[in-house]
Amino acid sequence: MTSTTTFEKHRDSATTRSAVALSINGQRHELELDNRTTLLDTLREHLKLTGSKKGCDLGQCGACTVYINGERVNSCLTLAVMHQDDEITTIEGVGDVEHMDPMQQAFVDNDAFQCGYCTPGQICSAKATLDEIRAGIPSHVTQELNGPIEISDEEIRERMSGNLCRCGAYANILKAINQVANDQTARERS
Amino acid sequence: MDFNQSADENLFDHARIIGKPHTRVDGALKVTGTAPYAYERHDVADNPLVGYPLGSSIAKGRITRMDATAARNADGVAAVITALDIDELPRAKSNVAKLFGGDMVEHYHQAIAVVVADTLEQARAATSLIEVEYEEIPGEFDLDDAWKRLQDRDVVSHVGDVDAAFDSAEVTLDETYHTASQSHAMMEPHATIADWTDGKNMTLWTSNQMIKWTRKALATTFELDPANIRLESPYIGGGFGGKLWLRADAVLAALGSRETGRPVKVALPRSFIFNNATHRSGTVQRLRIAAGKDGRITAFDHSAISHTLPGGSGEDAVNQTRCFYAGENRRVAHHAIDMNLPESADMRAPGEASGLAVLEIAMDEMAEKLGMDPVEFRILNDTQVNPEEPSKRYSDRHFVECLRKGAEVFNWSERNTTPGGKREGQWLIGQGMAGAYRGAPTMDSGARVRLSEGRLIVETDMTDIGTGSYTIIAQTAAETMGLEMDDVEVRLGNSAFPAASGSGGQMGAASSTAGVYAACVALQGEIAKCLGVESARFESGQVVTDDKRVALRDVAPNEELVGEDTLHFGDFKDELEIGTFAAHFVEVAVHAYTGETRLRRTLSVVDAGRILNPVTARSQVIGGMTMATGAALTESLNIDSRRGYFTNHDLAGYEIAVHADIPEQEVIFLDTQDGASTPLKAKGVGELGICGGAAAVANAMYNATGIRLRDYPMTLDRMLDRLPDA
Repeated sequence: MTSTTTFEKHRDSATTRSAVALSINGQRHELELDNRTTLLDTLREHLKLTGSKKGCDLGQCGACTVYINGERVNSCLTLAVMHQDDEITTIEGVGDVEHMDPMQQAFVDNDAFQCGYCTPGQICSAKATLDEIRAGIPSHVTQELNGPIEISDEEIRERMSGNLCRCGAYANILKAINQVANDQTARERS
Repeated sequence: MDFNQSADENLFDHARIIGKPHTRVDGALKVTGTAPYAYERHDVADNPLVGYPLGSSIAKGRITRMDATAARNADGVAAVITALDIDELPRAKSNVAKLFGGDMVEHYHQAIAVVVADTLEQARAATSLIEVEYEEIPGEFDLDDAWKRLQDRDVVSHVGDVDAAFDSAEVTLDETYHTASQSHAMMEPHATIADWTDGKNMTLWTSNQMIKWTRKALATTFELDPANIRLESPYIGGGFGGKLWLRADAVLAALGSRETGRPVKVALPRSFIFNNATHRSGTVQRLRIAAGKDGRITAFDHSAISHTLPGGSGEDAVNQTRCFYAGENRRVAHHAIDMNLPESADMRAPGEASGLAVLEIAMDEMAEKLGMDPVEFRILNDTQVNPEEPSKRYSDRHFVECLRKGAEVFNWSERNTTPGGKREGQWLIGQGMAGAYRGAPTMDSGARVRLSEGRLIVETDMTDIGTGSYTIIAQTAAETMGLEMDDVEVRLGNSAFPAASGSGGQMGAASSTAGVYAACVALQGEIAKCLGVESARFESGQVVTDDKRVALRDVAPNEELVGEDTLHFGDFKDELEIGTFAAHFVEVAVHAYTGETRLRRTLSVVDAGRILNPVTARSQVIGGMTMATGAALTESLNIDSRRGYFTNHDLAGYEIAVHADIPEQEVIFLDTQDGASTPLKAKGVGELGICGGAAAVANAMYNATGIRLRDYPMTLDRMLDRLPDA
């Protein structure tokens, strides 16, 4: 009985809600949220930024991928109240219809999606994949841990494997990522 | 417009836009996350309530008591509706299991309550406060048991004398195979926002492949006049057959809205996709093939079973065996076994995906017995008529060309023909192939086109589930009206628009573009009437008659011209076999010690009539091949045969193919046109990739290892004891 009473007391008290300030796509938002609200639901329901998708709500599909302080994260697996003052970037911050990011354009050019539901998460992961390789962060398939990591099909496939696509656009997503990687490399050389 | 005879030479044979590669017209919206999916419609329903479902925790039985008091009193809860609160809702013909209401439980995770609250967090938490007591009834959950018990054979068709053909055959095969139950596992869960606040007029923003059917199903379920129901489904995050029907998300959202007088939105939790929604039934199949030493097939005998809830039809795995290859004597039998698992129903290429997964292994086995190359064996047994009904010829069949072209491009002649005979380090290398067949049905399809200021708006209730409908419909309209792609806007998935085929059975692309063509021709008639001429040509944004050229924008300034029509497909098609064909080639590496299988490359050569857009069509084929790879290697809904449910009900336990599983995938489209199919001479291609693809992987694995597996998915544990010693 004691535990139920304690539970009831907490449930009704102000401790179930918290104030949190988040920076999203460069804009500061001050919110008062149910503590249970995931970052994903905060984006989709409270801020109406529906570009990040909910495929599973279990961290298994990657459709909700966003950047927190520059690193990719499954936003369904983290609570908004854990991110006071964090810098969050969503697909809406990556680019819009008038000003698409090169990765977004590459996805269109290579038909790297079909239904489009996993696509914002794929694009966020794709950009992060190239960043992580350039930063020398090894993956399961990295052979040489000392020194720069080469951008290869194998590295890209491995690092993208947390983003599921049931339509099966993987081969085209790989082409899109390679297009961006090659363009970046060409720019660096010139 | 009536389509009563095969199309002759027409404008699509001299196309500017149709048949040419074009990136998706909805691409920019999808890559920026601004295409609005059902649950995201803040624009139509501001601040709706949120519904969260509770599913039954037993597979079969009766609910004896439900107490929702605590849930009703929980924070933010506006309403709780339990199955005991309302009578069982009437079932539409397309629903086997009831969707809600009443005390009977027919399957695990059948919806038995919905909690409606201000937020998802509140609704979800409150569902756990509902107390439920059941009276459980033992159920049937084991397909192998049913197979062993099976006495009589429900013969679907029998031509010739199969038993005599086997008695006298020089070479025979007789093997039993299993395919696993599979989930559509589309990335967007079923979701609906419902506004039924007045209990009379219902509006649903939903994720559904079939607007017309679902409106009808809603009318039956809620005993409404269809005229009072409006559906919008402009963007669908994958369907694969799982969103053909009215499902619990829409029903619970509607009930919640009526109860609370507010718009309510419901998305099925991921676990519900596996046990509440539909799935593809597993099968047990026995396949016998008889042939002469010359390799000519003399008989097929194929029987299969699958599971269904009482009243359903299961997974008919034998259908393609009736018509794909030659052979005078043929018998097929299919049994849908009543079981108490969740509802089995259509999933991408229902029947053929499972049937060809088996038939095409059997063909590989038979070729080996005959000492023939599997490509040559298939070529030898090609047919240009339906072998059950030889007077019925194939309208346009180029399967042999698919095989020959594939063998050439894949370098098939160079392959190692000794199973297990090629090794690279720790990897065994193998190549395999399979044939693919899928019917090319069409369904009457309508559209409306509106011309104003030289711009064209196309409206049809056709859906785009990732298939590319927006793009190929824009191409069709631009081609027919002599406009450019940028002049055309396509609006889909709305019950206010003329009814089209919808997306299913790979009939959508062919049917809906034909309907749009018909509507454009109707508009051309209106334009001609305006100009007072009998006929005109439409090119370069202009109407061209014998003596003048008028820009489309100047035909009727300040006025909108409308054309609307439905393309009706005539009975002449029934006299023909209209199908699509492909040959798949796969190379795999199987780890010699662990049995881990990796695909190295795939090639599909496709004969599916005119390809309306090679970009989107190619994506359909590689997507089908990717799903076939999952079917071959990993996908299986695992059954708890004691409690009667699918245990791996999430995307970690149910393993679809991921990036790391998919190699380079090549697709070649044969340049074919099938005038018997539609005015555009097009056929569907969306399901062909998954037809036969799994068998091509399986046959490559056999070629790599010399271990013949006959049970899907072909996981390493099935071959571990037969791999080479470490």
